[in-house]
Amino acid sequence: MPQIEIDGIPVEVEHGISIIEAADKLGIPIPRFCYHKKLSVAANCRMCLVQVEKFAKPLPACATPVSDGMKIFTRSKAAVEAQKSVMEFLLINHPLDCPICDQGGECDLQDLAVAYGSTKSRYTEEKRVVVNKNIGPLIATDMTRCIQCTRCVRFLKEVGGLMELGMINRTEHAEITAYIGKSVESELSGNIIDLCPVGALTSKPFRYSARGWELERRPAIAPHDGLGSHIEVHVKNGRVMRVVPREKESINECWLSDRDRFSYEGVNSPDRLTKPLLRRGDQWVETDWQSALEFAASRIKDTIARHGPDQIGMLISPHSTMEEGFLLKKIAKGIGCGNIDHRLRRSDYRLDGNFQGTPWLGCNLTDINQLDRILLIGSILRNEHPLLAHRFRCAVKYNEAELSLINPLGQDFLAPVAHKVITSPDGMVEMLLQVLKAVSTLERRLLCLCLPPALTRVMETVEVSETARAIAASLAGYGKTYDLISPRVGVFLGNLAQHHPRYAELYTLAEAIASLNGAVFGVLSETNNRVGLNLARAMPRRGALNARTMLEQPRKTYVLFNVEPEFDCHNGKMAADAMAAAECVIALTSYKSEALRDADVLLPIAPFTETSGTYTSMEGRVQSFAAANRPLGECRPGWKVLRVLGNLLGLEGFDYESSEQVKDEVFEGEAPSKVVWNRLNNNLRVLFDIEIRPPSMKLQRIGDIPLYQTDGTVRRAPSLQAAGKNCIGYVSMNGKDIQSAGLKPGTLVRVSQGGESVELPLRQDDRLASGCARVPLGPSTARLGDLFGEIRVEAIR
Amino acid sequence: MNEVCFRTRHLPNPASLETYRSIGGYETLKRLVTEKVPAAEIINQVKLSGLRGRGGAGFPTGLKWSFMPRYYDGPKYVICNTDEGEPGTFKDRDIIRYNPHQVIEGMAIAAYAMGARVGYNYIHGEIWAEYLAFERALDEARAAGFLGEHLFGTDFSFDIYAHHGYGAYICGEETALIESIEGKKGQPRFKPPFPASYGLYGRPTNVNNTESYASIPYILQYGGQAFQDLGVPGSGGTKIFSVSGHVEKPGNYEIGMGTPFPKLLELAGGVWKGRKLKAVIPGGSSTAVVPGEIMMQCTMDYDSIAKVGGSSLGAGSVIVMDETTDMVQVLNRLSYFYYEESCGQCTPCREGTGWLWRVVRRIAQGKGRPEDLDLLLDVSNNISGRTICALGDAAATPVISFIKHFRPEFEYYIQHGRSMVTG
Repeated sequence: MPQIEIDGIPVEVEHGISIIEAADKLGIPIPRFCYHKKLSVAANCRMCLVQVEKFAKPLPACATPVSDGMKIFTRSKAAVEAQKSVMEFLLINHPLDCPICDQGGECDLQDLAVAYGSTKSRYTEEKRVVVNKNIGPLIATDMTRCIQCTRCVRFLKEVGGLMELGMINRTEHAEITAYIGKSVESELSGNIIDLCPVGALTSKPFRYSARGWELERRPAIAPHDGLGSHIEVHVKNGRVMRVVPREKESINECWLSDRDRFSYEGVNSPDRLTKPLLRRGDQWVETDWQSALEFAASRIKDTIARHGPDQIGMLISPHSTMEEGFLLKKIAKGIGCGNIDHRLRRSDYRLDGNFQGTPWLGCNLTDINQLDRILLIGSILRNEHPLLAHRFRCAVKYNEAELSLINPLGQDFLAPVAHKVITSPDGMVEMLLQVLKAVSTLERRLLCLCLPPALTRVMETVEVSETARAIAASLAGYGKTYDLISPRVGVFLGNLAQHHPRYAELYTLAEAIASLNGAVFGVLSETNNRVGLNLARAMPRRGALNARTMLEQPRKTYVLFNVEPEFDCHNGKMAADAMAAAECVIALTSYKSEALRDADVLLPIAPFTETSGTYTSMEGRVQSFAAANRPLGECRPGWKVLRVLGNLLGLEGFDYESSEQVKDEVFEGEAPSKVVWNRLNNNLRVLFDIEIRPPSMKLQRIGDIPLYQTDGTVRRAPSLQAAGKNCIGYVSMNGKDIQSAGLKPGTLVRVSQGGESVELPLRQDDRLASGCARVPLGPSTARLGDLFGEIRVEAIR
Repeated sequence: MNEVCFRTRHLPNPASLETYRSIGGYETLKRLVTEKVPAAEIINQVKLSGLRGRGGAGFPTGLKWSFMPRYYDGPKYVICNTDEGEPGTFKDRDIIRYNPHQVIEGMAIAAYAMGARVGYNYIHGEIWAEYLAFERALDEARAAGFLGEHLFGTDFSFDIYAHHGYGAYICGEETALIESIEGKKGQPRFKPPFPASYGLYGRPTNVNNTESYASIPYILQYGGQAFQDLGVPGSGGTKIFSVSGHVEKPGNYEIGMGTPFPKLLELAGGVWKGRKLKAVIPGGSSTAVVPGEIMMQCTMDYDSIAKVGGSSLGAGSVIVMDETTDMVQVLNRLSYFYYEESCGQCTPCREGTGWLWRVVRRIAQGKGRPEDLDLLLDVSNNISGRTICALGDAAATPVISFIKHFRPEFEYYIQHGRSMVTG
């Protein structure tokens, strides 16, 4: 290890690191703009010039690797003179508009100008002006302020995966721009706001609304995807002004997805429910908490008295905290009702009772980067878990992993995909069966797992395709470029797989394939707290109704916890019908919603920023947080509302004074890590029987959940709804299917399902499996039926 | 005159394969390849020849070749840099116009010595006819079996692709040139790593100037010592001097290194209209200007120009200025060139070149201020040595040298708002 000396401090550093990395480790500040530890080195700003003994010229600390005996001076006369000269150059064309710049107060250029700049400019010539760019609803630009550090360009290329920004022109005409007529649409785009060292790229929704120093900064956990990203909620006068990432290397590194960053807008939506509401005929009447809760309790008691507790169904959003899930379950248990579920968008529950534990990722998030072979089944990963997709891309790019995908639709993974299968939902089952058969016949595999005879028999009925063979070979370690004797393999089921009508079979086959390969087998957590709600057992009692059967066999009374039935359930039509037919619907909700038109009482509960609680991420990380903001109006944290409801129902053990007490009970007084260790388990007790189905002649819906439709908060964030990535309100089919159905791409067509129909523009998408029509969830399609049900697409006469 | 690179120039149809073969062209390549002469021996001859990079930096070519990793598993490249875009340079254009095959043979020998199978010739965007001529020469060479698979029945294969640039000066910088071939924006990379370890497509790459490659066949044909003997110690061989400006016969003159400047001036017909010599930029616009009386004492080689002239030989682009020249206006034009051609990547050059030009322009417009000259020198010094590539230095050098040697002219402009020379 090289011995070096920085500013007189001798230190031993790792071989091959740069001077700036060495200095950062020692805590010696070197000014910089273009350098960022997570991005490639550009060495273009020249701000980090330092003096190195034996070199006549100052050297850029970011691009100069250390070598043994190197003596570095970061504060010497020569170094500081070089740094000051660079600062002078940076400032000559930079506008002096700090008072009206959003970056003011948290600007690298401003800060360093105080340290290295002069109070008076020697530059008296005309200044440069750069035309502004419109790069979408999330990021505001003031390109005259740009100092061409190219952090944004490098981020989008290296982390975002697509080079959506670039630098055009030479000399001082050089400017950062998107492709002509294009905006920046990356689902990670907001990170360039953080990266920009000046005010060239700022947050559009946050623009002109607050100064950095006016904001109270509260730590929180991101409430959408399954990563549990660390965030910081910035609050001014009781209003959430913005959300930024908190650095957590093992989860979100220093990044944040746009969904987690901008969804706070939903929290500030005018839809927020601030007072309990009671239905009087066609009117909503404001009431006080006491009356509202007494009403709710009395209706529950009334239902029990007249129909029995089994006529109550409880649906809880999978984005809820563990405490909320646990208390709702406790209420259900207390009144003798088993019908409670958080798995709202799932349709196949045949594995219930067959799990050995709580399904989870099967490994740490950081392990994903190290995988050599990956099979990802049923996932639009960039929509489902944007930053997890980045980890998969890292595995492919930096670890040369081979990635195989099995999906009913195509997606740009933004990294090379070794094997891609696009097939119908039934075809996915058969493809996995083929892969399993191919794996089990590979010579190198030791059959460490005895497959059950039923599975072996059904395996024999399928013929292994070339692609299946190739995937099997890849998982076994044979490679496109070179073979690995002992590859690290991961087999994962995505959100789409969990919504799949034959999830049980996909799960069984994926587990079997993983076992035969000695692979990590994981289930991506559909939401931020699917694992946590499973641990809190917010699920039906054995033999009771699950989220699907609760709607198929309508109940007299429903308790909805932050659920908008038609948006959040597997079958929007069925959910809406069940609510309409119910005698009573009690909705605990953060938002007023047209989807709650059939409710009888609306109880305002706090969204993620206004409650304390606990989420467990897909990797089993239990993360508790305090409320970042005080509740809006009369809205109350969900756990408190449930506690009082428990009291009003006369149930024992609802005397909590803090959410920590609830949490302790969730974990039965044990350390959360111990509970997680004991309970996370992806193995099935018995492998499920696989069925081979003849190809269906009927058109099947692929009802994916678009990036910005996942939950009520996101659906109310105007900037996200305006973003280019928010693709909703269309139906797509592949070209052949469109032709054989006599339809024309680009025209409006009638899409019907379960007695409902809507008119949608038809798009041609040849990366869609044949026999399928992709109709994403969205405001116009929410009241259609089953996300994977039969669907009709017809021309409008 | 015209002993090495312009060997065919006095012959009819000088660019043709036939003409080139009539002077023994491609025989050297054939001998080296078929006799399997070891690479080390070739590189030794190049070292012995004293050949220094003709593109301007003057780095010893043999030494550069020896940096290429010999045992490298994967493709390696040789690249010819015909992207001459600096004011005053026009020699490479004439080489590929009059003697393209010697460049091709030189590149093939280099490829053989360094284990490359593919070569590129990056040709400046503003010379289209010469680009087409080079493509024709490549076709001829391929048809005659001097390029392609299994040359001369051996296992040595080599082919060259001509790449026509778009005219950016910065693409003459070897790593910007590499980026440009890769299809990216022509911007220099920071070094290290140097192209010999991380070059085109991340592979070991050797980049030489056109004149350097064109010198190689001669060196290997007659031996390194013979080439060295054409010049003087420290500056081996001949050099093409592109003489332009206020002379009677501007043009390219290939003469031995160490030839006295007055001799070169005489070859170019002397200062035009019988006027007196005022100043000379000896190596292209990025080299320091030398007052005429000092220049007359120089010989045309690296050492003399550096030590006596205080400038550098550069690419041998001699810009001659007579006594009527307004040095402020000259600097105004040169500064504008660097301002326009900075790639815009790194701060001192992107911001500094515009600053320099605007101040010089202001002086030239008669609006100069007393503090401007010190400001110019200060800004120039702040650019020098603080940028990724040498363009920053190239922009600063004229400013510093013009003010150093002709300060009274600048001061006159500032005081009187008009030229001391032209009134």
